Amino acid sequence: MPFSNQEYLHLLPFIIIGVGIVFSVVIELITKKSREILPWFSILLFFSTALYSIYTIHNKYILFNGMIQVGGKAAIFNFIFNFAALLITMSSIGYLKKYGSNFGEYYILIQSAVLGMMVMAGSKDILMIFLGLELMSICFYVLAGLNRKKHSANEASLKYFLLGAFATGFVVYGIALIYGVTATTKIDILIQNFSAQSSNIIFVTGLILFIIGFSFKIAAFPFHMWVPDVYQGSATTVTGIMSTAGKAAAFSVLIITLTAVYTVNSPNIFSPYFAAIATLSMLFGSIVALTQDNLKRMLAYSSISHAGYMAIGLTASNSYSISGIIFYLAAYTFMNIGAFSIISIIEGENDSRTNIQNITGLNASKPMLAAFMSLFMFALAGIPPLAGFFGKYYVFIGAIKSGFTWLAIIGVFSSVISVYFYLRVVVFMYFKNPTEDINTDTSTFSYSAVIISGAMVLLLGLMPDLLLNLILSVVNW
Amino acid sequence: MILDYIPIFLVLIFSAIIGGAIVFSSKLFGPYSPNKIKQLSYESGKDPVGTTHERISVKYYLVAMLFIIFDIEVIYVYPWAVQFKTLFGEHGLFAFIPMLIFLIVLELGFLYIFVKGGLKWD
Repeated sequence: MPFSNQEYLHLLPFIIIGVGIVFSVVIELITKKSREILPWFSILLFFSTALYSIYTIHNKYILFNGMIQVGGKAAIFNFIFNFAALLITMSSIGYLKKYGSNFGEYYILIQSAVLGMMVMAGSKDILMIFLGLELMSICFYVLAGLNRKKHSANEASLKYFLLGAFATGFVVYGIALIYGVTATTKIDILIQNFSAQSSNIIFVTGLILFIIGFSFKIAAFPFHMWVPDVYQGSATTVTGIMSTAGKAAAFSVLIITLTAVYTVNSPNIFSPYFAAIATLSMLFGSIVALTQDNLKRMLAYSSISHAGYMAIGLTASNSYSISGIIFYLAAYTFMNIGAFSIISIIEGENDSRTNIQNITGLNASKPMLAAFMSLFMFALAGIPPLAGFFGKYYVFIGAIKSGFTWLAIIGVFSSVISVYFYLRVVVFMYFKNPTEDINTDTSTFSYSAVIISGAMVLLLGLMPDLLLNLILSVVNW
Repeated sequence: MILDYIPIFLVLIFSAIIGGAIVFSSKLFGPYSPNKIKQLSYESGKDPVGTTHERISVKYYLVAMLFIIFDIEVIYVYPWAVQFKTLFGEHGLFAFIPMLIFLIVLELGFLYIFVKGGLKWD
């Protein structure tokens, strides 16, 4: 069936990235200099898509026979994905040369992963979710093993692939059961029939399998086993985008499927499940991170505990907590990408110098880097005037409004534990004498990624209303 | 009607007779000199004796992967080609242009493989 030109126009963010990927492949084909051209081309693409998404946030349309939606929450998620990819591309320019895998394909894979995430966040049909999930995951499997001569990267890629494929199997089996009961894959129709079907054991099993599959992708506790090895083994910039935009994409799917269920069917029957994984992830991530000496591994466990904080929002699933999750995801994206960019600047050849001892006395040699690293660590810990605090604050407020006060208390308790390992980094940088020379790479683009992330963390911390009001105005779309 | 199936049964019977005759006559009239290599079971030219946990060159994997790409292309293009006249009558150029875009993107991928040396065997 032909679609009107108007529909293609509304689909512009997707078309920009999609056509951009095709052009990038052509550039990679025809010139040997692609690795100098492609980063700039990617930055242009991500910048224009991010800007266009946030500009058209109030143009809400459902396109292509109810397959995909644009505007609203999807636009905010598109903004997060593209901004994250933009920052990661900036810090990759210098890092990839040092890491020994300066390939043009890297940028094409990042673009494809971002397209997959955008499809996930905008989908109105379970099959579109699956399509986007696969596009994103397959690009990440390849990106994790980018340097095929490194054992750690190979291990990370294989582990991520095997466990990710397993999780995708859960998702597909869930979709099959849901389709078997309801004979539809459209999310809106599923939600209308939800009350009638919610006592059907096959339907509920399908939904639970679907949610378990995405619990893998958000790195929540019982399904977290791939996270530390993959985050440590992959290239630092790849870890940066996997842990932020990838997590945001998985959360976007949970939000679009589950909150709509909640609006027609209260109380939310999945609250016990999310309360359990939230509690376990927060405590497990915070406690295990206490003993980690490797910075990337420490941030991997902190990523598990942050998934727990965000899952509190899904437990409460009222409009405050959902806005809280989206705000938290944006804040987490900027602080985590900032931290990973700094690690990528400090890191030496062959994965060396990623331990906490290697940044001892960083303040003496690189005061600016040390200052930004402490900014990100304070933000991740949730110290008040920074972005991380307001993310946690809004999620906890949402939980208390829905009567999950005990969950908020556990959250606060877990944040207090996590302060120890975040501030340990600051102590090593400021209060110990340097034991070795820290030669960092001098790529200005990596520094600009750090500076932009730092500015965003401060901006979201000092003026949280700016983003939160925008999210609240579109949260029910 | 059951009578409509008689030609199919005839085809089955004739093919069984002809096939059987060929196999049987080659056994009957052909030279028969067995040796050890001839008696080995057929395994695509490989030595069928030995461990089954052998390492296989990654090149086969690449070829299999590329085959899947073009297999999927055929899956999409074949039904489209069969229905093209009706589609063109109903929707005009809309029946043609999306498939053209799909094929251009796909052939671009093929070109990419070719230029990057994915089809070189050695």
